Amino acid sequence: MHYGQRTVLRIAHLSIDKGEILAVIGPNGAGKSTLLQILGLLQRPSEGRLSFDGQEVTGSSDLVALRRRMALVFQEPLLFRGAVYENVALGLRLRGVSRNEIRRRVELWLAKLNISHLAGQATSRLSGGEAQRVNLARSLVLNPEVFLLDEPFASLDPPTQASIVEEFQNILAETKTTTVLVTQNRAEALMLGHRLAVVIHGQIRQLDRPEKVFSHPASEEVASFLGVETIIEGRVLSSTDGLSKVAMGDHQVAVAGTYSPGEKPLFCLRSEDVSLLLPHDGADRAADANMLRGRITRVTPLETQFKVTVDCSFPVTVLVSKQAFIDSPLAKGKVVLLAFKPGAVHVIPKRLPS
Amino acid sequence: MDLLWQGIKEAIRLLLSGDPEVFSIVLLSLRVSLTATLTSLILGVPAGMALGLSRFRGRRFLISLVNVGMGIPPVVVGLIVALMLWRSGPLGFLAIMYTPLAITIAQTVIALPIVTGITLAAVQQLNPKMRLQILALGASRWQMFWVLIKEARLSILAAAIAGFGGVISEVGASMMVGGNILGQTRVLTTATVLETSKGNFDVALALSTVLFALAYTITLAVTLLQQREKTL
Repeated sequence: MHYGQRTVLRIAHLSIDKGEILAVIGPNGAGKSTLLQILGLLQRPSEGRLSFDGQEVTGSSDLVALRRRMALVFQEPLLFRGAVYENVALGLRLRGVSRNEIRRRVELWLAKLNISHLAGQATSRLSGGEAQRVNLARSLVLNPEVFLLDEPFASLDPPTQASIVEEFQNILAETKTTTVLVTQNRAEALMLGHRLAVVIHGQIRQLDRPEKVFSHPASEEVASFLGVETIIEGRVLSSTDGLSKVAMGDHQVAVAGTYSPGEKPLFCLRSEDVSLLLPHDGADRAADANMLRGRITRVTPLETQFKVTVDCSFPVTVLVSKQAFIDSPLAKGKVVLLAFKPGAVHVIPKRLPS
Repeated sequence: MDLLWQGIKEAIRLLLSGDPEVFSIVLLSLRVSLTATLTSLILGVPAGMALGLSRFRGRRFLISLVNVGMGIPPVVVGLIVALMLWRSGPLGFLAIMYTPLAITIAQTVIALPIVTGITLAAVQQLNPKMRLQILALGASRWQMFWVLIKEARLSILAAAIAGFGGVISEVGASMMVGGNILGQTRVLTTATVLETSKGNFDVALALSTVLFALAYTITLAVTLLQQREKTL
């Protein structure tokens, strides 16, 4: 897809199975919303082919009829003036559904989303959470074959977000609607997606099961976007029995997997896979764990944890629970040990310069 | 001061007596100005929507014409329409000069840019994603326009108020293309001008009072409708 001279989206191939929930994640401006609008037949791709339910969408296709089999929810609720009921009923009215059927379906979905009491309320008086529920009801009432969701929960406060996501998860489990969910929220992607596509600079950089994408990011960009904070370049020294010895900074580290000696891939470590120990605790650890000595350079308080950055000739980020942090005398400048298993290190083969 | 007092007394008498001449002038004014406003809405709302929603070569030029048209003096419109409808003019064969239809056409030309300009501004103020949202809900192109018009209805009502206010009060164009013929093309504003020039201030004042009452009543009705919508 081009906007003038600029290519905003370049997808070689993407197919979404019936009943599948595909989560699409990526930074701002990556082309996620454009992808969704192309799938929703609201934008025509500059090149390439698009098929829906086995039929190719062409210039002569009845776009209105095809769009009526889908529902797209935008991040902003974009409700119309007037009462909630009228907003939820609009899509059905546009389809010429009978008045009684409209009433039955609107009342059903208002009840399912716990907003029956708002039916007569003016949309201008709704809170953010209520407006987004109305927005979801407006699409759900259409009973679409395909759901396209563009960061629908992003503008909500965390408690409202959690409750709506949970309700939505139940609804999708019940209706088994094919869904494409664009989100910036990693937890949402993990929770709802059957597959996860990471879109960066208009390209799908990885497409796999969410757990796989999170544990085995395909590239440094993907890893860094998914929140892997420690990405280190190392050199493979030797490799035997599925275990490789790698030089990382001043240390030698055991990494699961067989690699060619001399190879210089990138090594990713997720903060939650690394344990932080005091020097005298080191003996208690499993014999196969890697053990690196380093000095704390930074402590950042988070909501329920502390993020501790340790310099072991390269920086490693570790998460420590608040209680553990209070119990142990950890502070900037203190020498500590970092322990992680060889299997915790994910290896990204370094791309050769093209 | 005495003149003003006399005028007000005569105005009240004229209004209460149901003078047939005044009555026919009032009716004609209403008929002409309401028809012109309605016509300008029928033409101006789609034109404003099209200018606001589509992108084509010459669009900015057309928008600048609409903006100029919003402030064009009625006498200029009157002159142009008169030249068009004049017996030897391009539309002279229609033979509608000095008829209520000619006034209606001139008033439509005056109200059209006002309605178009306000509609254009209203549509441009709507969230651009609103169009996509309406299409995503399964609307055809015409259904989308209809939903957008409903969405911009407060501004369109404002356009109706402004358009009607502009034409019910104008005098130059009505005088030039209507000719102020008693019983045929005399409307409230032209009659007021004539009576004032004859020194009949009482009648002129009576006509002005009716004009003001009419303009106010209709504007009030539309305003109430608009404000009721606003609370929804």
